[in-house]
Amino acid sequence: MTGWQTLLYKEVLRFWKVSFQTVAAPVLTAVLYLMIFGHVLEDHVKVYDQVSYTAFLVPGLVMMSVLQNAFANSSSSLIQSKIMGNLVFLLLTPLSHWSWFVAYVGSSIARGLAVGTGVFVVTAWFAHLSFVAPLWILVFAILGAAMLGALGLIAGLWAEKFDQLAAFQNFIIMPMTFLSGVFYSIHSLPAFWQQLSHFNPFFYMIDGFRYGFFGQSDVSPWMSLAVVATALLTVSAVALHMLRTGYKIRN
Amino acid sequence: MFLAQGHCAALALKSRVPMPAISFQSVSKTYPSARGGGAQPLKALDDVSFDIEEGEFFGLLGPNGAGKTTLISILAGLSRASSGRVLVRGCDVQADYAQARRQLGVVPQELVFDPFFNVREALRIQSGYFGVKNNQAWIDELLESLGLADKADANMRQLSGGMKRRVLVAQALVHKPPVIVLDEPTAGVDVELRQTLWQFVAQLNREGHTVLLTTHYLEEAEALCGRIAMLKKGRMVALAATSDLLKAASSNVLRFKLGNDQLPPHLQARARVTGRIVQFPAHDAAEIEHYLAEVRQAGLKVEDVEIRKADLEDVFLDVMGAESEVQA
Repeated sequence: MTGWQTLLYKEVLRFWKVSFQTVAAPVLTAVLYLMIFGHVLEDHVKVYDQVSYTAFLVPGLVMMSVLQNAFANSSSSLIQSKIMGNLVFLLLTPLSHWSWFVAYVGSSIARGLAVGTGVFVVTAWFAHLSFVAPLWILVFAILGAAMLGALGLIAGLWAEKFDQLAAFQNFIIMPMTFLSGVFYSIHSLPAFWQQLSHFNPFFYMIDGFRYGFFGQSDVSPWMSLAVVATALLTVSAVALHMLRTGYKIRN
Repeated sequence: MFLAQGHCAALALKSRVPMPAISFQSVSKTYPSARGGGAQPLKALDDVSFDIEEGEFFGLLGPNGAGKTTLISILAGLSRASSGRVLVRGCDVQADYAQARRQLGVVPQELVFDPFFNVREALRIQSGYFGVKNNQAWIDELLESLGLADKADANMRQLSGGMKRRVLVAQALVHKPPVIVLDEPTAGVDVELRQTLWQFVAQLNREGHTVLLTTHYLEEAEALCGRIAMLKKGRMVALAATSDLLKAASSNVLRFKLGNDQLPPHLQARARVTGRIVQFPAHDAAEIEHYLAEVRQAGLKVEDVEIRKADLEDVFLDVMGAESEVQA
């Protein structure tokens, strides 16, 4: 294996060795969301014709799990290595900033997809799902996980303590995922909040992902693709710059 | 043992100019403000320059806070110099970082480890970062040489401090670097491991590896290092062959044990006192007689009187200014 492949392998091994915590636990959380919200809202909310609320909810929960876990993977790995001091093993190697980026983002995609698949397999039993455009499903899952993986890299490099990282997660990532249309269509929102949702890239990830299942969405999947790709490029550029300059890791 | 041949080193061979293993060139490092939070910028390194030649066993000494670890961090790419540059076998540690790091094996000072992996996994992963393939035989040899063979499948968390230290050494050597840097490798390590470690490192040195060592144990530096640099408050205050440093020092030391008495203040100022042991640097017999006379005059009861040759610790204290820097 080459250098970046080794780092990718190590990062995947890291979460896989504790998969009960990193994969099984988030799957359980998503199933609980589905059971509770599905039970309470099934007969009250109808987003698209011919799509039950529970069926509508499943892709949203899958994508939310993909995004949150992709973020958690790179950010927690980095902050743990920084606090434990073992990041030094990596800092001493000839690996370039591109190698770091590809490995950390790649492993985040792997964890995001592993959790997403787990959530899908379990929740799919609860609803009747269709797969109108599977390629869109895959594209949005991978791009979304990549963007959150890169965002996790930024947060992990920036944070010096666990509570700083928790703040990033609780005050930025959580609200942006919850307010992105996981549980509702933004068309059901008041005009102001609908407008605001259009500035949230997470909305486009979930909307595009859901399009792959039902062939229906709030905005065109091409529009979502453009927004998500732009967001991914922007976040990646920032993460790469931080890695290249050794922001907070090569003082 | 195989010595990696990097791109910059290959260039150096072509040019037929002897190339130092490590070259520090006017290295300075200033932190914006003191780490304690004061407003004054802290000058951790001030224009440090010296070369370490291929195959040397080199000691870098200095009291805590002298800048040793900062210098090594800059060498290893863990930190950046504010000015000046560092070359490893001709490769700039910033501009040519990949080549420079391939030639360096660094044993960090802190006892760090990755709790997710066992010893063998940690070594295989570290090896992979450097792109070294099929490294199993060398990993086995390292495990054997460092007494880790029976711990190969143990998780890092289960190892004692000394064992973790051995793994750090193995990790630093896993890519067969020609230049080895050991930053305080024996701090808090038991006698047996120190012996194993030094035998192993001395063997690597005999096989052609360059070794840069920082240590608080001056008898180790004296026994192992052919040449020594001393840092004090970020400046280099001595650079010489160990034997020359010892020759240049005050040649003898008068040493005795004191009963329950206190040394009078005017003698205290010139002595090195460790518990009941008192030591005076002395150049000749007259000076020794003078000290003994003063001790007798003060009515002190002494035992175990001996005169010994000055060692590196005496030199170190001389250079650092004996009164303030008792701790090496």
